Amino acid sequence: MSIEKSFKRLKEEGNGALISYIMGGDPQPDLTPRIAGALVEGGTDILELGIPFSDPIADGPTIQGANQRALSSGTTPLKVLELASQIKDDHDVPLVILTYYNPIFRIGPKKFFDMAKKSKVDGVIVPDLPVEEAQDYKPIADTHGLDTIFLASPSTTIDRLEKIIKYTSGFLYLVSLFGVTGAREKLQQSTIYIIKKFLPYTAGRIPLAVGFGISQPHHIKSIIEAGADGAIVGSAFVEMIKRSRYDVNMMLNGIRRYASELKRATILKSK
Amino acid sequence: MKEFTNNPLDGKYGKYGGRFVPETLMSAVLELEKAYSSLKKDPDFKEELEYYLSEYAGRPTPLYFAKNLTEKVGGAKIYLKREDLLHGGAHKINNTMGQALMAKRMGKTRVIAETGAGQHGVATAIACAVLGLKAEIYMGKEDIERQKLNVFRMNLLNAKVHPVESGSMTLKDSINEALRDWVTNIQTTYYLIGSVVGPHPYPMIVRDFQSVIGREIKAQIMKKENGLPDALVACVGGGSNAMGTFYPFLNDPSVKLYGVEAAGHGIESGKHAASLCAGYEGVLHGMLTYFLQDEHGQICTTHSISAGLDYPGVGPEHSFLKAKGRAEYKSVTDDKAVEAFLELSKTEGIVPALEPSHSLAFAIELAGTMKKDDLIVLTLSGRGDKDVQVVADYLKVKV
Repeated sequence: MSIEKSFKRLKEEGNGALISYIMGGDPQPDLTPRIAGALVEGGTDILELGIPFSDPIADGPTIQGANQRALSSGTTPLKVLELASQIKDDHDVPLVILTYYNPIFRIGPKKFFDMAKKSKVDGVIVPDLPVEEAQDYKPIADTHGLDTIFLASPSTTIDRLEKIIKYTSGFLYLVSLFGVTGAREKLQQSTIYIIKKFLPYTAGRIPLAVGFGISQPHHIKSIIEAGADGAIVGSAFVEMIKRSRYDVNMMLNGIRRYASELKRATILKSK
Repeated sequence: MKEFTNNPLDGKYGKYGGRFVPETLMSAVLELEKAYSSLKKDPDFKEELEYYLSEYAGRPTPLYFAKNLTEKVGGAKIYLKREDLLHGGAHKINNTMGQALMAKRMGKTRVIAETGAGQHGVATAIACAVLGLKAEIYMGKEDIERQKLNVFRMNLLNAKVHPVESGSMTLKDSINEALRDWVTNIQTTYYLIGSVVGPHPYPMIVRDFQSVIGREIKAQIMKKENGLPDALVACVGGGSNAMGTFYPFLNDPSVKLYGVEAAGHGIESGKHAASLCAGYEGVLHGMLTYFLQDEHGQICTTHSISAGLDYPGVGPEHSFLKAKGRAEYKSVTDDKAVEAFLELSKTEGIVPALEPSHSLAFAIELAGTMKKDDLIVLTLSGRGDKDVQVVADYLKVKV
C-alpha cells in the first residue's frame, strides 16, 4: 500500500495514522524485521525505518543511542535497505526511510534511490535537508516514484510552508516543538497552536503528521483531535527496545502492546 | 566583481557550503544573515568592533621578520604574522569579539559555543565577559580530560562548560550538541561558531571577521617590502586563520596560498585530520565540504597532536579554493610539527602553538626552495603556552 492510499483509507474511516519509527539494526539487524512485525501487528499504519549516522544532530539522547547501537552492530545504509525489503515482503505497510543527508550524498542520490526503489521503499525523510538544498535530490526521488517527506517546524513562516508543501509528497512532517527528538511527559500547548495554524494550508493538499516528543496515547489523542492526520512516535519505541534488548520476547510483546495502545488513541470516538 | 570575492546569497562557494540544517534552524540562520548584512554596513558597529580589537584584544599585531630563522634556512625571507600576541593567545578573538557584538545587537542574552582544545571556548568566554553576555560552552568529555586548565580558565571567565558525552566526545560532537541546544533555544540564544564552518552565513561571517589578519599583512608587507608576498602559509583545521589570511589576497594571483593540515601519524596510518588532502565530499554541520568519512558516509574520528586541528571537516570556501586551484593544501605530521615548534622556540624565542607549528614546518621547507629575495608570510595563529605539557609528554620529559 502507498502512503497516499493509507492516509486516504484512514481519512475515510475518520482516523489518524500511527507512524512508528525504529532504527534499522538496533540492537541487531536480524531483529529489525521482527520488531517491525510487532509494530504492524499492533496497528502501525506507516513504518519509519532509520539509517544510523555517526552525527545525528536533530536527535536527543534516546535516538542517539539507537544510532550508536546500530552502528556498533555493523549496520550500513545498504543493510537497512535490505531490511526494508524484507519487511515489505512480509507486510503490506507503507515504509519510509529516515536518514541524514550524508549517507545519501556519499552513495550518490541516484544510486541511493535506485536501491531504495528496489527495496520497495515508499518514501524518504531527511531531517537535515531543507528544500533549498534539495534541487538535485527532489527530481531524482520523483523519477523513482518515491515520496519526499519534508519537515515544517514551529519557526516555519507561511511563505516557507508554501514552498515546503510544493516539495512534499506522502505527508508533511510537522516538528511539534523547538528541540530535538525524545519523549516528553506533556504535550506543549504550542503544538496544538501550530497544528491549527498550518492546517488551513495543508488541508486537502497533503496529510499533516506530527512528530518529536509524541510518546503517549493522550498526546496522540490531542493532536488528532486538533486535526492532524497522523502522529509519529519514535523515542518511546526506541527506549523500549533498549530496555528489553536482552529479552526479545518481552521486547516484541511490549512493542506490540504499546503500538496497539497508541493506535487506539488515533481513533476518534466521536466518529 | 572579482573572481574570488565570495559573498554568496545562497551560501555556496561553487558547489560547496550551503545550509543543510533542520527546518527549525532555517529561521535562525536566515535571521542571522539578515542581521549580519545590515550590521556589516553599520558604521557604528564597525567602530565598536575596531575599538575592542585595538584597545582590548591588541590589534594590529606585528608582522615580524624572522631574521634568525630566515638565515638558518637560507632561502626566502620568512615573516611571522603575530596573532599569538593577541589577548587570549590566539586569532580566535577576532571572531568571538565580532560575533559577540552581533549577539548583543541582535538582543540575544545567551551565547553558546563549541570548543575542542578550549581555545575558542576561552575566546568566547572572554568576549562574553567583557560584553556582559552569558556564555555556555560545549566541550567533549575526552577534551575536558586533556585540557583541564582551559576548562578552569573558562570557569574563571564566568563561562559554564557543558561536558559532551555523545559520539566520540570530541570537537565534532561538541558542534552537534551546540546545534541541538540552538534548535531548542533559538529565540534567546546566539550560536557563536568558532571557525569558517557550519551553515551559511557562518563561513562568510567568520571569514570576514578573520580577514583583518590578511588586510593587516597586506598593508604591513607593502610598507616593509614595497610589494606583495610570494607565498602565504597558514594551518587549516576548520580553516579560520587561513581563510582570514588568504581572503584579502585571493584576487592577487602572484601570491601563492598554502593551507597546511594535520597529518597526525601520517596520512597512510589513517590517524590524521587532513580532510582536504585525504577526505571525501560530504554533508555535515550544515555544509557541503570535504570530510573524513568511510564509504558509507559515517564521519571518522581524527587524530592530531594539535587539538585545534582535530576536526574531520573543513570550511567550504577552502574546498572551493582547492577545486579552483587557487590555494594548495599540504599536510604535516605530528613529528614534523613538533620539530618546527622546537626550532622556532630556539631560534626566535617564540613558542608557537602546535597548530601553526604545522604550517611553520611547511613554510621552512618551502623557504628552502625559494630565492633569497622571495617573501613568505606565515600566520602564527596562536602561542604555545597551552601546548607545553603536550610537547613535554611527546618528548617524554617529566615537567
